[in-house]
Formats: sequence, C-alpha cells, structure tokens
Amino acid sequence: MAQYARKIKIPKLPIVIALGFILVAVTSGFLPLFWLSLRAGFGGLDAYLPRVISFTLKQAFLSTVLSLLFALPVALAFARRQFPARNMLLKLFSIPLALPAIVAVLGIIGIYGNNGFLHGLISVYGLPGILLAHVFFNMPMAVRLMLTQLEAVPPESFRLGAQLGFTDSQVFRFIEWPQIASSLSGIASLIFLLCAASFAVVLILGGGPQATTLEVAIYQSLRMDFDPARAALLALAQFSICTLLVLIAGRFAQSIAVFPRALGEIRRYHGKSLAARVADALAIFIGCMLILPPILQVILTGITKIQLDHSLLRAIITSLTIGFASASLGLILGWVLAQYTARSRSAVLRSAIRVASLAALIMPPAVLATGWFITLTNFTDVSRLAAVMVIMLNGLMALPFIWPAIYPALVESMQRHDRLCGSLGLKGWDRLRLVDLPVLRKPIGLAFLMGMIVSLGDLSAITLFGSEHLVTLPALIMRQMGHYRMDAAAGTAVVLSVFCFVLISLAQSWSNSRDHA
Amino acid sequence: MITLEGVTFRYETMLMNFNLEVADGELMAVIGPSGAGKSTLLSLIAGFDEPVSGQIKIAGVDMADCAPDQRPVDMIFQDNNSFAHLDVWTNVALGISPKLKLDAKQSATVDNALAVVGLTSFKNRRPTELSGGERQRIAIARTLVRDKPVLLLDEPFTALGPALRREMLDLLLRIQREKKLTILMVTHQPEDARHAASKIGFVESGQILYVMDNKAFFAPTAPAEIHAYLKG
Amino acid sequence: MSRLFACLLAILSFASLAQAKETLTIYTYESFVSEWGPGTKIKESFEKTCDCTIEWVSLGDGVAALNRIKLEGANTKADIVLGLDTSLAAEAAATGFFGKHGVDLSLAKTPMPWTDEIFMPFDYAHFAVIYDTEKIKVPPRSLDELVNGDASQKIVLEDPRSSTPGLGFLLWMKAVYKDKAADAWKKLQPRILTFTPGWSEAYGLFTKGEVPMVLSYTTSPAYHVVAENTSRYQAAPFNEGHYLQIEVAGLIEKSPRKLLAQKFLSFMMTPAFQDFIPSNNWMLPAGTTATPLASAFSDVIKPAKTFLFSPEDVYKNRRAWIDEWLNTLVK
Repeated sequence: MAQYARKIKIPKLPIVIALGFILVAVTSGFLPLFWLSLRAGFGGLDAYLPRVISFTLKQAFLSTVLSLLFALPVALAFARRQFPARNMLLKLFSIPLALPAIVAVLGIIGIYGNNGFLHGLISVYGLPGILLAHVFFNMPMAVRLMLTQLEAVPPESFRLGAQLGFTDSQVFRFIEWPQIASSLSGIASLIFLLCAASFAVVLILGGGPQATTLEVAIYQSLRMDFDPARAALLALAQFSICTLLVLIAGRFAQSIAVFPRALGEIRRYHGKSLAARVADALAIFIGCMLILPPILQVILTGITKIQLDHSLLRAIITSLTIGFASASLGLILGWVLAQYTARSRSAVLRSAIRVASLAALIMPPAVLATGWFITLTNFTDVSRLAAVMVIMLNGLMALPFIWPAIYPALVESMQRHDRLCGSLGLKGWDRLRLVDLPVLRKPIGLAFLMGMIVSLGDLSAITLFGSEHLVTLPALIMRQMGHYRMDAAAGTAVVLSVFCFVLISLAQSWSNSRDHA
Repeated sequence: MITLEGVTFRYETMLMNFNLEVADGELMAVIGPSGAGKSTLLSLIAGFDEPVSGQIKIAGVDMADCAPDQRPVDMIFQDNNSFAHLDVWTNVALGISPKLKLDAKQSATVDNALAVVGLTSFKNRRPTELSGGERQRIAIARTLVRDKPVLLLDEPFTALGPALRREMLDLLLRIQREKKLTILMVTHQPEDARHAASKIGFVESGQILYVMDNKAFFAPTAPAEIHAYLKG
Repeated sequence: MSRLFACLLAILSFASLAQAKETLTIYTYESFVSEWGPGTKIKESFEKTCDCTIEWVSLGDGVAALNRIKLEGANTKADIVLGLDTSLAAEAAATGFFGKHGVDLSLAKTPMPWTDEIFMPFDYAHFAVIYDTEKIKVPPRSLDELVNGDASQKIVLEDPRSSTPGLGFLLWMKAVYKDKAADAWKKLQPRILTFTPGWSEAYGLFTKGEVPMVLSYTTSPAYHVVAENTSRYQAAPFNEGHYLQIEVAGLIEKSPRKLLAQKFLSFMMTPAFQDFIPSNNWMLPAGTTATPLASAFSDVIKPAKTFLFSPEDVYKNRRAWIDEWLNTLVK
C-alpha cells in the first residue's frame, strides 16, 4: 500500500476540517467542566471509584468476549451458506442496534424474565442479564461487520483452497480467519467501548448499585449531585482508560493484507460434509435464538397497540430527518478520516484519528452536552440549536459504526485504483464521482445505514437536548411511558423496529442494484 | 492426455459446448475474444465448475466425481495465487501439505522449487511486498512442488511487461520440458502463443472452433475468424 | 434630519408596541408539556387572563430544569421554574437565583401547612407501593412488612442516584428507620428485583407483569381507573405513614417580568390551573379546584401520617444518605 501512497498527494484541507471539528466538539465539551474542577480543586477519589472502574472493565470485557465468540461461527455460517431466509435474517440482525435500551430490555425480560418462555434459563438480573443484553445488542452488529470482511475474500482463494485440498478447518485457518482477524481488534474495541458506556441496561438489569459503571457515576454527578468537577474527574478517568485501550487494540490491528479482488462471484468448494452443514445450521440457529425472540416479543407485544396519531407521525418525520442528517455528517467525517488514515504514513497521526473517530464513545455524551451548553450559552440561545446539537452528537456517535463498515473497503479500493487515478490525473470530486462512489456503494450504503440506525435508536442526545418541539421515536417511547401509556409505547417500539427494517431493506436493494454492471 | 467430449455448461445466458483433445506433453494456447468461455474451459477441467453434460477425461480417467484437489491438475490464476498473510515459503509449502507439517526432505523440495523460480532470497517476504511477476513465480514454484502432470494457466502473465512475460514463458517452457507437463494456457497475447505453444485452440461463443499448429494458426491461410481476431 | 430621526423613532416604537405582548418563559419538565400533560391547556387558560404569551421550555425533569438554571446563571431567560420538588427546593434556593413569590401562603392546599416564601406548591402525591391484585392477595400493610416480607415477592425500585421517586423512597426509609435505615435496606435487599434509572422503566416492568410491586405514587391507581377502567393495580397503605412529594414552582429574582411571574404563581393556585392537574399530571391539586375531584382521585389513599424532611435537611444529608445506601447494598 505504502508504495502507491507515496506518489499520491493527500489534500490537507478536508482532514484538517474534520479533525478540527471533532477536536473542537470534544474540547468545548470537556474543557468547561475541567475548568470548573480546577477551580473547585479536584474532589477526592473515594473508595467508590476503583470499584466502579473495575466493574465497568469486567462487564465490558466479558460482554465483548461473549459477543465475539457467538458472532464468529454465525458470521462464518452466513458467509458459507445461501438459504432462503438468509437475507431476511440479516436484516433482522440490524434491528437491535436501533432499539432503545428499555425496549430491548423489556423484550429480553419478556423471554427470559419471570413470565418468559425461557424463564429460568438464565438469571436476568445481575451480571448474566447485563451480558445477555450486551450480546443481544452487539453480537448481530459483529456478525454484520465480520460478514462484510468475509465477502471481500478473493474468489481465487477458495479455488486455490479447493485445488490444494484444504479441509474445512484449513479453509478457516488460511482464508477465513486471516480475513476476519484483520478487523477483529477494531470490532472488539467498538463493542468494548459501547459496553463500557452502557447505562440503562446496566442499571435496569444490574439489580442494584453493585452494578455501577463509570457512565452511571458520571450521570449521577452531572444530575442529582450537580457536581461538574466530579463529573470531569470521572470523565477524565473514562477518557484515559478508553483511549489507552483503543491504542492497545490499535497495535494488534493487522494491516489489511489483501490483494485487489477480482469482481467475480464467490463460489465455495468446502463445507459440503453433513457435519459441516449441521454445524453451520446450529450456529445460525443459536445466533437466531439469541436475537430473534426478544425482537419478536417486542413486535408481538406492540403490534396491536400502535396509536397512529399526530405525535407518532411527527416523531417519525423527526427521527428520519435527524437520522438522515446525522448519518450524512458521520459519513462525511468517516470518509475523510478513513481516507487520510489509509494514506498517512505517520503512526501517531493514524492513532490520533482512530481515537478521534471514537470520540463520542470515549467522552460520555452527557459530559459533551453539558460542556457544549456552558460554552454556547454565553453566545446564543442554545435551545434554538437543539436539533443541530442532536445531529452533531448523533453524527459523532455514528462515526464508530461507520468506520469499520467503510475503512477496509476504502483501503482495498485505494490499492486497486490509486495508480490508475494518479496516472489519469483523476482526483477530488471527479474521482469521488467516477471511481470511489460507484465502486464503494455497498460499504457506503452499509455505513450510512449504520449511522442512521444509531441515530434512530439514540436516546442520550435526544434526552440531553430534546424539547417538546423535538421528539424522536425513542423520545416518544419514553414520553408515553412517562405518562403511564405503556401500551402506546410498545406500539411505538414496533414502528421504530419496522422503520429500521425498511431502511435496511432499502439500503440493501440500493447497494445491490448495480452489482452486475 | 486431456479429452473433453460434448461438455456443456451454462453461464448466465450463454450455452457452452466443448470438444477437445490435448496430447501428453503438449503446450496448447487458448485464444479468443473476451467472454468466449476460455476461463470456463479451464475451470471445467480443474473442477471448479461442473459440466451439465458430457465427459472430461484426464489420462483416460473420468473426472466427473473428482474434487479439484484429486485431479492431476494444477491451475494458476491471473491474480490472487497466494495468500497475502503468509510468507512466500509457506505459500509454496501449502502445495505439499495444507497442514504445513513438512519433513526435511519436503522442506528441501520447497527450497529447491524456490531456487528454480529465483525466489530464494524472497522466501521470508509476504507476497504483498513482491512485484506482480514475482508473485506469479510463487504460483509456479507451488506447481513444481505439487508435481501434477497437467498445468492450466489462466492469463497468468497478462499484467507483466513484454520482456518479463517472455522471461516467465521461458521459465515455464524449461519446467515443461523437464517435467513433461501437459499445459493449457489461456492468453490474450498472440505473441505469447506464437512463442511458447505447439498448438493453438481458438474459442468463440462458447465453442472451440479450431485447434491448429502454431505455424498454421498465424499463416495467411488461417480461417477468417482468426484473422479478424488477430487484427482486432 | 430630525424628521428622519422622528420617523425612525416612530417605527421603532411601533415595532416595540407590536411586541408589547410579554412572553413569560417557564422552564418545566418534559411530561408537563407533552401532548398528554396539562401544559397546553394551562397556557391557553393563563393567556386569557393576561396580555401575554407563555413559552414553555421543557427539560428532562425537575432536576434537569434546576441544573439548567445553575448552568445559565444570570443569563437565564427563564422567568419561572415549574416542577422542582421539595427535595430539591433548598438546593434551588441556595443558588440565590430565586426570589420570593409573594403569594398568600394560605392558598396552598398541601397535607401540611405551607410556609415556603420562595416556592409555591402546585400539586402533590404520596409515594406508595403499587401492587398487582392478580398476583398479591395480601399486600404489605407497613413498610416494616415490606422490608421483612416474603422475599419471593419482588418489588422494583428506582435508583436514588438518578430518579426522584428513587430518592423519595430512600428518604421514606430514612424517615421511618432513622439510624437503622442501613439494616432495613439490608433486609429489604432480597426483595428488590432491581433498581431502574427512572420511574418509567420501573413502571414498565411492573405493568409487563415482571414484578408484582413497584414504587410509585398513591395516585397511580387513579390512572388505571380513569384511562383503562381497571382497579387491578392498587396502592398499599402503610401504617407508619407515607413520604410526601410536593411539586413546586418559583420565580427568578432577576427576571424583568417578575410581576407577571408573580401573577402566574397566584394563578397557579386557582381552578383555572388546578382543574387540569389531576387527570393530566396524575397528581393531587395543591390549590383550589372548581369541582370536587373525580371518584378515582377521591379514592386515593390518605395516609394517616405524612413524612417530609425539610428541604434543608435533604440538601445537607442527601449525599451522605445515598452513600450509606450505596455502601449497604454493595457489601
């Protein structure tokens, strides 16, 4: 890669703008709080903090390991097999990401809780419940990301494997695993950060204050205690730990060693034995059993209770508008950052970009929101900027999901096209229009979709900035619940799931439509 | 000897029908317009595609129920002939044992093959660090260690420059003579065929229209389709 | 030149005349002004009595509204903050941003005489354990019975670190058990299914049938009677007494519309405001209503004894009490 990169001049302006945007967003969020805590003198670190940190790390670590362990065989099975319900299942796998925690938790409780048909299989309250919920949220995402990787295997590799007489396990060892491994540390750190920042799931299913994460402690100090100094301290702890982890994970990230892939159909010559087929069927079955029942529970509970009224319609439009804007912002940022990372030879800069792309997971949204408020309130009426704030925060929150969807494909495309584009003098907008967009429509579609789904399911930004004029679907669900309207809320959750499903279908048909061009 | 009798295959809307005989120790080039079915012909022989009907025999044995690795065939693709994350030596060693458990003698075989193709000094490098020509040498080295009597080449040197291509062809010819290989090589370069092949097959619209001697193929007396293609 | 100046002045004064309609900005919690809350109706009702406009600014909850005031400080555009509760009152007063309301204290119809000169109450309810009559035949008759009762019958509570009812229950426990509160929590622990971040999640678990008891308000059964016509969910009267939540509003001292704000706080105690409270905010009115309450509300249990720490006590001790709770349950 480097050998082509040297000849390509990297335009500096977009990356300066994108990094500057994130840097300003993070510092304007954090510095006001930090300044307050400097003035207040850092509060003492009580015995509570180490306990909170160790629980945060423990549950996040276990959640990550479990999510990946379940995701790997499922992703492999999906990559190996074509079967009638495959597409449908993959679309359903995108729904958990869009479900607000309380909706998913009610779905999980409906299955594993005291009245669920799997009651007693797993104790829902306490660490096992937290892990179950985190696997429910993150395993399907990991499956989709791994599958994207697996679909990028050159078709010749499978032919070569067939010719050399690879067994199924050798196909895994020499073809599938290296392909997944290149993105594994990225997927793992994403899941880890998501679980470390998990808030509602931990509180509801944790069973009590013994299950307290840093995010909960930050929320507490920003709300009930209104102690921004302590919040800044906690945020600093979270920031340091997460950044360290991201950097460590980055060291394990293998540079993606793939050759340009011929645009051929992938045909598999392995896994034909009965045992292999049964194993894959079992993997898919177990994966589905983890993901589908809670979704079905949500749908079945709410399907008859949808209240199609003015507020629902307004929430749909608001959600879609904000989702579209946030996903666009996230995609543009992600594109610029990914392109620069792929070409930059400075390891330090690459690490910095990597951390920047995860900003909204490393710096708790509540801290960012409070800091932005303090910064902006001196200049303007912040409540008028609510929509902008939500879009900014959602855009940043979408970035970590957009990144793994777009980065590997971008690197591959650059390896394939940089020389040609360089020789043709094709650059900037023309290159984007003629080469990158058409070639990368699939990963771009997936990235945009991920961003939109993240925004669709977001409750934190909308809670921090929302108002009676700005109500998204998750906010409407919380509103309805706050007014005893649990049934209406269940109905709205169905609408949210359906929208997510429709969006996924649209994105898929779009990204597939010109595949045979 | 390779024989194809009434081998039919459907690719999207095109119906292909191949009849062919290649004698032992022969190097036959396969030429024809893009999309004529040249690569499919090789895929059928290698076992990556299954014919709808007809029979493929190699050395008199029907290949119908033979998996690709059980056929006495090795195939080199245009690209992606090696695993990018494994070093050169390991990529070649895979040709002997996918378990990568090689005894001293087998290791020596690998080293020897690398020496023949001139990659000894690169044996610890990753294929991504090599040039296109060097990468194809990995595939040729692996062919050597696999020691199959039939070699199929699908435009293996298309990406290389004329001088390098000539060098690679000569390497191939040397190996063919030593090992008495039967080679079927799809190419887009008529001069490669003229330089290396003893016979040339002309494929168009899913059929092998002509199989001719090298001289006759390039002679003014050759059929009109060939003329049209060569002028093309 | 002077004519031009006069013209300009005329235009300017005309413009300001057009804007003469004063706008009263009220910070409140989100559910007060959502489509099912009383906000819109109260706005219409008040705007009839004055030449003014109400602009609601909704924040997540009372705590968020107070935090917003703290963040904005002197720059706030709020004239009134509506929706704090008595646990927050002292903390709010300590910011120094709130001024005296000047409303006749005797207008407040709270379970105990109202004496606060800074905040006026607009509604109240006692905290209560709501139970599902289909699952529990004999509900606990006291907090003590809840604490020492059958551990297989669970209750869902709200987390006092993030939720007002959660804090309310913590204060209730403290009021009843005083220095023995930690022991009582320890005994109660096996009965607690989980602590949720807010009231909605807890009540959601309860109505889903996951748990037969939830901490809510004495007024909760009224919702199910009025909106769902069912008396399945009942409040359990506890013989020690119940902890009270009173929701209050206060005006911003530096507001340029202080008079209008005072007018609103007086208006708050009248039927034109209070009539919308019960069946929109599902709380009991703290002022005069035009008609007697609907039967669903007159059936709301009236505790023999009411607990309420002074706002100052809560302000001083909250952190220590929450830490005590935390350390008790984590061990």
